[in-house]
Amino acid sequence: MILERFSMLDRIVAHDAETLTAEATLPLESPVFEGHFPGFPILPGVLMIETMAQAGGWLMVSRLAFERMPLLAKVGEAKMRGMLRPGDAVTIEAKLVHDGSGYAVLAGRIRDAAGKPVADAEYTLRTLPFPEESLRALVRARGTELGLP
Amino acid sequence: MAADTFDRIADIIAETANVDRATITPEAHVINDLGIDSLDFLDIVFAIDKEFGIKVPVEAWTEQVNTGKAPAEQFFIMKGLAERIDELVAAKG
Repeated sequence: MILERFSMLDRIVAHDAETLTAEATLPLESPVFEGHFPGFPILPGVLMIETMAQAGGWLMVSRLAFERMPLLAKVGEAKMRGMLRPGDAVTIEAKLVHDGSGYAVLAGRIRDAAGKPVADAEYTLRTLPFPEESLRALVRARGTELGLP
Repeated sequence: MAADTFDRIADIIAETANVDRATITPEAHVINDLGIDSLDFLDIVFAIDKEFGIKVPVEAWTEQVNTGKAPAEQFFIMKGLAERIDELVAAKG
């Protein structure tokens, strides 16, 4: 993870048409931790949500063959069940709940190294055509880096 | 238009977007008259998809309206919306 760049996933370890699993390790240091909180660094809950949304985003961008980009439109039923500290390793799961016309509803979960759920949420992604071909190329390259075929 | 379909959709809209059920008439425009924004409409479409077991092609509808190929009434007036849902359910078999 590189929090200040919103780079939340390190690698995609499994995915099929309706699920995706990724892994990530929290950095030992980050400007985010300097403020959240001084002397007691923990991952902000909003970044847990972002992490889950990115896993779902990669699932959708793969389903849509890199033709459309997903954007977070709604978060519902988000629960932050525990804290994540610098250096913690996590597994992130995304599961497709409903694939609609121009949107998708997904269920996300973050588990700690012991497999215990740390956060979960149901969220909605809109999908739009990429505004620029260059952005689509960047996303495709990043997907390859993460392990998407 | 099946009255049952209209009622089911109206109930969904009232509950999902917190709209007074009495204002949802067959002639009401979903966006203009009921004050529903695009995100609420997304929630409504999701609820309709689930309720009827269909995939409302809202993107195709919007494109048809925006390009002048179809009037908004065809999809976004409650009466028309219910008719289109009936068609989608019938096409599903």
